[in-house]
Amino acid sequence: MNYDAIVIGGGLVGSAIAHGLTRHTRSVLVLDQGDRAFRATRGNFGLVWVQSKGDGAPHYVTWTRRSADLWADFSAALKDDSGVDTHHRRTTGIHLLVSEQEVKDRTALMERLKRQSGNEGYKYRMLDRAELKDLLPSVGPDVVGASWTPYDGVANPLYTIRAVHASLAKRGAVYRPAMTVESLAHRDGTFTVKAGGETFQTPKLVIAAGLGTKALAAQLGMRVPVEPQRGQVLVTERLAPILSDRVTVTNVRQTVEGSVMIGDSQEDVGFDNRTTVPVLAEMAARAIQRFPALANAQIVRTWAALRVMSADGLPIYVQSREAPGAFAATCHSGVTLAAVHSRVLADWIAGGPRPEETLKLVPERFDVPQAAE
Amino acid sequence: MFRRRPSDAAATVTLTVDGETLSVRPGESVAAALLLSGRAEARATAVSGAPRGPYCMMGVCFECLVSIDGVGNRQACMVEATDGMRVERQMGVRRIGAA
Repeated sequence: MNYDAIVIGGGLVGSAIAHGLTRHTRSVLVLDQGDRAFRATRGNFGLVWVQSKGDGAPHYVTWTRRSADLWADFSAALKDDSGVDTHHRRTTGIHLLVSEQEVKDRTALMERLKRQSGNEGYKYRMLDRAELKDLLPSVGPDVVGASWTPYDGVANPLYTIRAVHASLAKRGAVYRPAMTVESLAHRDGTFTVKAGGETFQTPKLVIAAGLGTKALAAQLGMRVPVEPQRGQVLVTERLAPILSDRVTVTNVRQTVEGSVMIGDSQEDVGFDNRTTVPVLAEMAARAIQRFPALANAQIVRTWAALRVMSADGLPIYVQSREAPGAFAATCHSGVTLAAVHSRVLADWIAGGPRPEETLKLVPERFDVPQAAE
Repeated sequence: MFRRRPSDAAATVTLTVDGETLSVRPGESVAAALLLSGRAEARATAVSGAPRGPYCMMGVCFECLVSIDGVGNRQACMVEATDGMRVERQMGVRRIGAA
């Protein structure tokens, strides 16, 4: 079968790009692996987040903010197409601080981000305990303050991927699950993809297969150095609101249905997506320190997932030199960046100019020797 | 709706459900106590408030969740009734603190 474009990867990064490509052609195929794949989309915490990202990389801050700005409209359009509400809310966001040292370090970080943003500006406020208590009465006595930005919000990753897939179908794209790519070949501008015992051909190939991107992209001369980073998540029973719907907290959030999600662990343990009791216990203790009422909540689920991390934590977007119709895209913020991937990045892949914010988000940045500290 | 078989032992275990005292037989579950007392509705769901009651009676459906001795969302069918136990039905979403 021939398609105008094939996207390898049916998670939120690949699906959002495919979604954007449907504005250019109806002939789009998404090849997804099976449920045994490491699905970062399914394990995602569900923040649409700007605050604290991109220290030293203002282009990435701009890119992230652009996506956060596009999200409300992206979500509304998905709902129109699919009837599915992503539960996106631009609530504003805070990060809680539990010591004076944390306040000092956070203040310095926010000030750096503001300075690096230049004329674009970067709104933030450091809240003292009284202001914070007013905004979030359930915070515990150990919390001394918080940083706040207006840019942050939330979206439910599971509803989002469902909405994107439904919208893809409505726009004529074809989604094929359980299709592990067996081989990739390139000749005279045509890519031949063998997957699931079938053969597909296209002049435009996008590899957005999360941690699988590295090996697939290498076959077309693209270097995508990403490694897994494990994150664990705890989920409570559904509870009456204990967090405010006016603000989202970085690592403890309550869903629209009432579940409280707790998650902020980062571990480099390779391709191991199991949960571990010591890490979960520490996360629970940290959450209870911030919101003491959570000590009475029951945990109903835990899971671990693997983030798709580059050495500097930023996305990698690359077009193949030896096979110019091939692209690769990976990032660890598939939810936050979904809107800009669909609305902006896809236009570049479809043949438009490369978005200015992404000019430095190429693998060559890893070739520059790091300056001595 | 439910009644005990005539051959069963005497109801010597006393517990309270929503403050009302009930007597059940040793070995009977909290879910059995709810059904015997005519409470087919063990809870109302957290999101829509729809009524739910004991269904599978073997720990898989999670419909019979109740508060037992102050601990919420326990499976009534998997907990044996004991003397002095305080059971409360959960009508709607659980509250553990103010927003």
